[in-house]
Amino acid sequence: MYFDSFADFIAMGGHGLYVWLCYGIAACVLSFNILSPLLKKRHFFNEQTRRLRRERRMAEQEQGTP
Amino acid sequence: MSQAPVNISLRRVFWITLRRDLLLAYRRRNDLISPLMFFLMVATLFPLGVSPEPVFLSQVAAGVVWVAALLATLLSMDSLFRSDFDDGSLEQMLLSPQPLALLVLAKVIAHWTVSGLPLTILAPLLGVMLYLPGEGMSALIFSLLLGTPTLSLIGAIGAALTVGLRKGGVLITLLVLPLYIPVLIFGTGAVQAASTGLPIGGYLAILGAILALGTVLTPLAVAAGLRISVSN
Amino acid sequence: MAISWKMPKWFFQLGSPRWFYDISSKLLPIFAVAAALLLLVGVVWGLAFAPQDYQQGNSFRIIYIHVPAAILAQSCYMLMAVAGAINLIWKMKVADMVAKSCAPLGASIAVLALATGAIWGKPTWGTWWVWDARLTAMLILLFLYVGVYSLHHAIENEVNAGKAGAVLSLVGLVNIPIIKYSVEWWNTLHQSSTFKVTERPAMPAEMWIPLLIMVVGFYCFFAVSLMLRTRAEILEREKRSGWVRDLVEAD
Repeated sequence: MYFDSFADFIAMGGHGLYVWLCYGIAACVLSFNILSPLLKKRHFFNEQTRRLRRERRMAEQEQGTP
Repeated sequence: MSQAPVNISLRRVFWITLRRDLLLAYRRRNDLISPLMFFLMVATLFPLGVSPEPVFLSQVAAGVVWVAALLATLLSMDSLFRSDFDDGSLEQMLLSPQPLALLVLAKVIAHWTVSGLPLTILAPLLGVMLYLPGEGMSALIFSLLLGTPTLSLIGAIGAALTVGLRKGGVLITLLVLPLYIPVLIFGTGAVQAASTGLPIGGYLAILGAILALGTVLTPLAVAAGLRISVSN
Repeated sequence: MAISWKMPKWFFQLGSPRWFYDISSKLLPIFAVAAALLLLVGVVWGLAFAPQDYQQGNSFRIIYIHVPAAILAQSCYMLMAVAGAINLIWKMKVADMVAKSCAPLGASIAVLALATGAIWGKPTWGTWWVWDARLTAMLILLFLYVGVYSLHHAIENEVNAGKAGAVLSLVGLVNIPIIKYSVEWWNTLHQSSTFKVTERPAMPAEMWIPLLIMVVGFYCFFAVSLMLRTRAEILEREKRSGWVRDLVEAD
């Protein structure tokens, strides 16, 4: 461990703001690039399931009233 | 569609139009990035084309940011009425019993919210990249905050006059740029005054007065321009 | 008009969206675990265990984000251009979708590289931004990314949008060496007197090993994100086909 104490680790010899800001932005960018496609996929499945259900319902109605 | 005339208040009409335009803009979020990127790119051209020396850039930063904001606003003005014109809703607005100037004001405010306001928010970043002195930063934000709505209002006049034309884009620029000059002068004047430590209250007051005058008068001009364009 | 060079069979198999979807289902866990492990080890090592730089102190640790991001931003652009070229020549749908997925990914990584570079600059050079050759070239790369992304989203027809984006990214690819050369030449003309971005002196192993780990970790992350984005794109475009319907029904 390069640092003597946890407080030293956070402070980073005075450069703490810069270092943690960078790592924080990196965490945001990386998680955005993972979460965004996952959300898109979930949204797609929800939408398609709803559409499928609607089509089935309409097909049943048509059969019910020939 | 209801047949009987609905008693609808002006305030409600205003909000409905505002909400509609904001919703439409939200549906085309990707299009909103273009003016911002243009803003950034134009500002980048100056260090590359002239000199990246901090001494030089800090002198021209105020002007460069303002000119870039001006051009980016002009670029985005074409989209103000274009889509409504294309699908016929503009004619519906002209035919409606509501005062056209009110609808126009709502549209311009919606347009400014998604173009001029983001520009104002991005401006400090450009200021940093162009070594704008720290004292000028708040003046930059305030002058743009007062100036960009005026730019949108005046730009709407150009957009209204050219909405029916095929090659509307460059023409808007020619029509509107002379009208932009006072706003540019007072806007950059405020920032440069602040950079040298002088008070900026007077500049901001004049910018505010121009905005107030513009808010009242330009919708009338825009409405007149729309009627002319649609009847072409 | 497809040029029929003697490409092996697996090359054309790559073009099937369904095949890509299936194989990426198997590859994703591997790359995800690899990325998570490598990034975790790299970050902990770089932040806590590596020694600080003699001149720059602890802000030097930003290198473990900045350099991998910069490398990735450039590689991603090349992949985007190559995938676009494959789409143009062999009309492969998967290549088109990969190219489209590269644009927002690469743009965000370029922004990360620029932001970390600027933040690193403040304690090192005393200023948030400086118009030096590398930062300027990275900024122009970001502009290129945004252009391709905007083009993809401006054209309604997906196939044409993909082709247009491919053409633009190829033009940009040819331009990159020209841009780099001209920016460096411009930089030497306007040599800023206050400082010079020097090449890093040879780093001891405790410093460059975590950097290497971070670079590989970033590449694994890139693979994961690209696969996820391409899969989402495949689902969207192939939603009318049978196998996607089966997937939805299985849900």
